[in-house]
Amino acid sequence: MSILSVNNVNKSFAGLKALNQVNLEVEEGSVHAIIGPNGAGKSTLLNCFVGRLIPDTGTVNFLGQSLLGITPHAINQAGVARVFQTPEIFGDLTLLENVKIPTLAKRDGAFSLRAWSRIDQDSLVTDKAEHILEDVGLIEKRDILAGSLSRGDKRRLELAMCLVQDPKLLLLDEPTAGMSRADTNNTIDLLKRIGERGITKIVIEHDMHVVFSLATKVSVLAQGTVIAEGAPEDMKGDPRVQEAYLGGAHL
Amino acid sequence: MTKQPTARNDLLLMAVFTLAILTMPIWAAPFGAGYPDLLQKFAIYGLFAVGFNILFGLTGYLSFGHAAFLGVGSYTAVWSFKLLSMNVIPAVIFGMMTSGLFALLIGYVSLRRSGIYFSILTLAFAQMSYNLAYSVLTPITNGETGLQLAIGDARILDNMFASEAATAIPATNLFGIEMSGYPGFYFCAALLIIGFYIALRITRSPLGTILKAIKSNQNRMNYTGLNTRPYTLTAFVISGMYAGLAGCLLAVTDPLAGAERMQWTASGEVVLMTILGGVGTLLGPVLGAGIIKYFENIFSSYNDQVLHGIFAFLPDPIENVLVAITGLFVGDGWHLTLGALFMVIVIFLPGGVIEGFTRLYSWVRAKVKQDAGGNSVNNGKSQPQSAE
Amino acid sequence: MDSFLLQILNGLDKGGAYALIALGLTLIFGTLGVVNFAHGALFMLGAFCAVSLQKLLTLSVKVKDESITFFEAYKEVPYLEQWFGQTGTTIIEYSVPLSILFSIPIMLAIGLIMERGLIKHFYKRTHAEQILVTFGLAIVLQEIIKACFGANPIPQTPPEFLTGSANLGAWLGMGDNLVYPWWRLVYLAFAGMLISAVFAFLNYTTFGMVVRAGMQDRETVELLGINIDRRFTIVFGLAAVVTGLAGVMYTPILPPDYHIGMDFLVLSFVVVVVGGMGSLRGAVAAGFLLGILQSFASMNAVKSILPGIDQIIIYLVAVIILLVRPRGLMGRKGVMEA
Repeated sequence: MSILSVNNVNKSFAGLKALNQVNLEVEEGSVHAIIGPNGAGKSTLLNCFVGRLIPDTGTVNFLGQSLLGITPHAINQAGVARVFQTPEIFGDLTLLENVKIPTLAKRDGAFSLRAWSRIDQDSLVTDKAEHILEDVGLIEKRDILAGSLSRGDKRRLELAMCLVQDPKLLLLDEPTAGMSRADTNNTIDLLKRIGERGITKIVIEHDMHVVFSLATKVSVLAQGTVIAEGAPEDMKGDPRVQEAYLGGAHL
Repeated sequence: MTKQPTARNDLLLMAVFTLAILTMPIWAAPFGAGYPDLLQKFAIYGLFAVGFNILFGLTGYLSFGHAAFLGVGSYTAVWSFKLLSMNVIPAVIFGMMTSGLFALLIGYVSLRRSGIYFSILTLAFAQMSYNLAYSVLTPITNGETGLQLAIGDARILDNMFASEAATAIPATNLFGIEMSGYPGFYFCAALLIIGFYIALRITRSPLGTILKAIKSNQNRMNYTGLNTRPYTLTAFVISGMYAGLAGCLLAVTDPLAGAERMQWTASGEVVLMTILGGVGTLLGPVLGAGIIKYFENIFSSYNDQVLHGIFAFLPDPIENVLVAITGLFVGDGWHLTLGALFMVIVIFLPGGVIEGFTRLYSWVRAKVKQDAGGNSVNNGKSQPQSAE
Repeated sequence: MDSFLLQILNGLDKGGAYALIALGLTLIFGTLGVVNFAHGALFMLGAFCAVSLQKLLTLSVKVKDESITFFEAYKEVPYLEQWFGQTGTTIIEYSVPLSILFSIPIMLAIGLIMERGLIKHFYKRTHAEQILVTFGLAIVLQEIIKACFGANPIPQTPPEFLTGSANLGAWLGMGDNLVYPWWRLVYLAFAGMLISAVFAFLNYTTFGMVVRAGMQDRETVELLGINIDRRFTIVFGLAAVVTGLAGVMYTPILPPDYHIGMDFLVLSFVVVVVGGMGSLRGAVAAGFLLGILQSFASMNAVKSILPGIDQIIIYLVAVIILLVRPRGLMGRKGVMEA
């Protein structure tokens, strides 16, 4: 069953066509990689999934519900979490507080006024937050300000913030961009481990090493259109894909 | 490592704070601040700053229009005295309600934008209120003269129980206790303590954490499933109500209200108090308000004669030069000191006095540690005194 | 019809002042990215350049008043008059136009010192901190002026032949009801010239082109090996001069006092926001537009329908613009569009 289905989506900016009749079906439980050269429209497509952009025409349905015109926070409440290219975390808050925020969002909804209870005495939230920090291996740093973390650790924290919400769909926008090889491998391991939770994932990625270690299905985007789709092994030798990249990536 | 304050720490903080505020008439006296008028101002502006900090300190939204809520609170309180009763309770309740409503209205519009646009929107609304208070709203605000009490005011509730008509303007009171002098201070102090406690609870609550997260990263917030706007609006309304309450108390201790209270420089003053003490800290705003009101009082009371007295021990030419220079900063020139202070704080100590204390504390602690370590490990290498 | 035209003229006049201040404000924001709350103080400093020059020229000596013979009477006679007779009087009469020359080097120096001494250190700080530190500076400057010149407005007079009113109606063949003060017409022309000069400077000189390129894309310009920092410092000085001149010329219209800057600052910020943060044309257009709107709003016919509208019209327009079109009338997309 497909969890996310994209039908005939078009989007242009000032006459420039960024997405052209994009069709995409993301199967539940799969790890779906979207690859393509720079400017292929990958990020634009992703932004259509989270409510940052609204397609000019076409539909985006998540579990049968249209996502068009729905605000980002409502989409998150529906079960879509997102990891950014550069980790977006709350730098002025401690790691524990960082994870507590999405936990609260999951439990209390988009808005709830809990102005009188102490957050540190909310054992439900604290337990859950500590548990997830343990999962990603950041529990010793729980009381450190998140802004002082290394990039790799920030990525872990951001993943923890998404995972704590038990999302149905996790969007990963170049999760290893700008990382050292060691950090990249650590992140892949982490992603593989959370793969066991059965969360559907969409990965946008440049690094083919990452794509082939994680993905169960690959869609290739070029000039705003899906030009090829299939299992990762099939994509490796596909001439259309190689042409689209023009040797720009080591396939 | 940031040490998270526990409930017990906070209880201690509350106890110390309450004690410090209630004993202020005793310990402020040696500083020349032991009289009720000034103490009332400490408490009132402390409350104003604590409320402002809930918005600016937690969410990072810099409002340049909070004086408008102060003004609305004052006007409402005076009207409550005129129409209902000289009892301060209805004045406080109505004052907070109207300022809260007003804040809801202005906040709802202004919070559609952030950053400098938010500042300018709040500024625009405050200036509109100020201009209107001076012009078409004169029937409500009494324009330039300011809203005052009169013998012939209705005072419906009071007159229901009074046997004869008043012969003089009655004083504001709390069920018979007149709200001037020390009783007035203790009334304000009690509200400050309550207000501080509420601010403390908010800061430690999930709401407070979410507000801090909004300040830290709006983008992440949007993709975390929390709708930021009602949260910021909540903070805005709460801080507007604090400002309204402070305005009420100004009217309680001195029952008149003027439009100049709403001018944008007055908004600037509360920003300064908060920054001076320490944005985002609990004690900072109270401290900042105290420091500014204290120095305002001391400095503006100095004149050239007082200065000549201070520098009298110096030879005449030096004395005159010093008096001329310092004279710029005191008396009417107090605002010059204020502006300079503003700059110095923002440039050198953006975290305010509280950050200064923290730095001093950790410096002293490091020093003590180093001294202790130096004695045992490398016999005086780091300690010149003991080497000799 | 007459009053209609009169209101337009009034609006253009006020708008000229707004436009000039907003132009300086936008130049500074566009080049340095600094939100300068001390900008109104520059306007005030310009106005007080004119006041100082007048004071300087009219430094007086006490002489015996010969016209009074009953008792010993003294009167104050300016040194200039004492020394140069009629020529001295004429120089004094022209104190406001002379202030233009007098204020240019002073304002330039003030601008350069301000940028190098303070603003420079705040490029990388948050907008809130920029607002706060320049707000502090504005208070300091205004209080210094208050300490030097007192708290009362100090009236300035234009040269005598410009004191009266021009009978515009008669010229245009529209009856005698349309009269307008000469000096206000001069101010309008002056504002127009100064604005054109700034635009010409930015558009037709190499320096100006580099600055405009730097406003668009600072990094690229720096990669070309151009020292953009020094140029931006000079731009700050220029903005100070433009704003100061606006202040000098406004003194005969509104006697300056120490808080004239603050009054204009709030309005000019609103103007900049309406025009679009960082858009020079927007600042000028919005300045004139809001000036005209304000003077129409203060017409009795309008006030009787919407009482108080004259007091709030500018803010109201700003609120609406900010909500409907946050980047302002002519702002570039994506520039501070939060």
